[in-house]
Amino acid sequence: MAEYSGVMVHAEVAEGKLATIATELLGCGRGLADNLGEELSAVIIGSGVSSLAQEAFAFGADKVYIVDDVLLQDYQTDAYVPVMEKVVRQAMPRILLVGQTSIGRDLAPRLAFRLETAATMDCIELAIDPGSKRLLRTKPVYGGNARAVFTSELDPQIATVRTKVMTPLEPDTSRKGEVVTVEAGMDSSTVRTRVLEKVKQEVEGISLEAAEVVVSGGRGMGSAEGFKQLEELAGLLKGAVGASRPPCDNNWVPDVRQVGLTGKIVAPDLYIAVALSGSSQHMAGCSGCKNIVAINKDPEANIFREARFGVVGDWKKVLPALTEKVRELMSG
Amino acid sequence: MTVNIIVCVKQVIDPEAPPSSFKVDEAGKKVVPPSGVPPVISPFDENAVEAALRVKDAQGGKITVLSMGVNLLREVVKKPLSMGADEIVLLEDEAFTDGDSWSNARALAMAVKKIGEYDLIFCGRQAADWDDGQVGSGIAEILELPCVTVARKIDVANGKAVVERVTADGYEVIEVSLPALITVSNELGEARYPTIKGIMAAKKIEPLVWTPADIGLEPAQAGAAGRKMNLEKLYQPVHEGKCEIIEGESPEEAGVNLALKLREAKLL
Repeated sequence: MAEYSGVMVHAEVAEGKLATIATELLGCGRGLADNLGEELSAVIIGSGVSSLAQEAFAFGADKVYIVDDVLLQDYQTDAYVPVMEKVVRQAMPRILLVGQTSIGRDLAPRLAFRLETAATMDCIELAIDPGSKRLLRTKPVYGGNARAVFTSELDPQIATVRTKVMTPLEPDTSRKGEVVTVEAGMDSSTVRTRVLEKVKQEVEGISLEAAEVVVSGGRGMGSAEGFKQLEELAGLLKGAVGASRPPCDNNWVPDVRQVGLTGKIVAPDLYIAVALSGSSQHMAGCSGCKNIVAINKDPEANIFREARFGVVGDWKKVLPALTEKVRELMSG
Repeated sequence: MTVNIIVCVKQVIDPEAPPSSFKVDEAGKKVVPPSGVPPVISPFDENAVEAALRVKDAQGGKITVLSMGVNLLREVVKKPLSMGADEIVLLEDEAFTDGDSWSNARALAMAVKKIGEYDLIFCGRQAADWDDGQVGSGIAEILELPCVTVARKIDVANGKAVVERVTADGYEVIEVSLPALITVSNELGEARYPTIKGIMAAKKIEPLVWTPADIGLEPAQAGAAGRKMNLEKLYQPVHEGKCEIIEGESPEEAGVNLALKLREAKLL
């Protein structure tokens, strides 16, 4: 029987291109594969995705498995899990990396259980143990209050990786590789779900994930009106407005604004946190922020442990003055 | 149609406890429960209970609560009963200690089989301790059920559920045949408070307590013995904590000074 070897990346597709997370996984997977002296492969699943193989090579893959079928247009658990199972059984990777995304969160656990192996979710660090050569998987636990390192003796070793944690390689369009086409062999009667509709909850302006500046509010904002003031400051800074969970749960802002463990992961240069305590669950979405600024009336608030600059005071008084001064400085 | 629902809930250390009270025993690879802070039902599991109650409100039916662990505090795990659930089954035995997603999903799936009649199984999207988010999908795989994860709304009609599943930029509406497993997210909305009537009713409900043998689970598959993942290390990340506090004569002046500081640091 063949042995497990190499690193495989599930390369997610978004709007006809490799998703950013796919390039991040390829960057991380390349390092792991080189450490093991083994191959890096990517699997691309979807409809009309054959042309994306070259992109995966450019970002570091040696081999690309393509599963292209109109029935794979939308992600559905019952469609994607058997396809991934088939590819994994054929390719037998030692390590399989999946994004901690809407798709990956659903795909990886079910696939791991089907393959009778163990997955570790939401990893922020991956390394090869120099002695055992097994994958060391570091993930935040207890809402980010602690970190755990896991291993497993079972192959393939499956890990999902948090977005914006790993760095893609500079794409090298001259890189070449081998394309392997795998038939989906789909039986649509085995798919027990149907996607009736996809609803985009439009958020005006710049997307949270792409923004260089994010202005976020917390429970202390007290109302939807408070967020209008954050929008004003964000507008001046050409940034996006985010929130911790309580404002979303209270419908002061749409759920898609939520930054945190189960919301968006953001990595702006400047993150201004207003009336936001900085729970671990929220900070899990901010680990990539380069400069955190906190405004909070509670000097003991956790956010001050994470911030570079802070003001202890009532946001209702601090924020308008900050916004006006920013307006003056930006126009001057 | 009336709907039979099983809701899985986990007793965890209160995630709202102040971060300063959080302590890890690195040698024992365990979290030390903070003193004076009682455990709670994992918050997403409360959302799952709320989801089940909404289906019951609309359709009628029965809700069975399923929980697993050791030293389960009755006032904690019985909370869903005081919110309106009907019955409770506890997998309570030393053998269930220190499981991972695999051993936990396997035990819960065996218990679901023993409970027998169900149209829906609800779980929280992930537990507030290990933040893994695998047990729901694992139970579904073991029981060969369809599964929809990270739901924000669930409607049941004509032997099917229509589920709104949270995605990065909104949600998708998914129709799934029953029986099915659904994991629930906080976007569903906050769980209702227990009522006085509910609290009185819950007092009269005695939990059914099952051991591994009761659900036909081999000791080698339960808890720590049934793990597929090894916990090598557990630690608390170090906070650098070098926050520069910007002062002012008044809050307004502090706001102005903050703007000046951000300009000086080339962040504006």
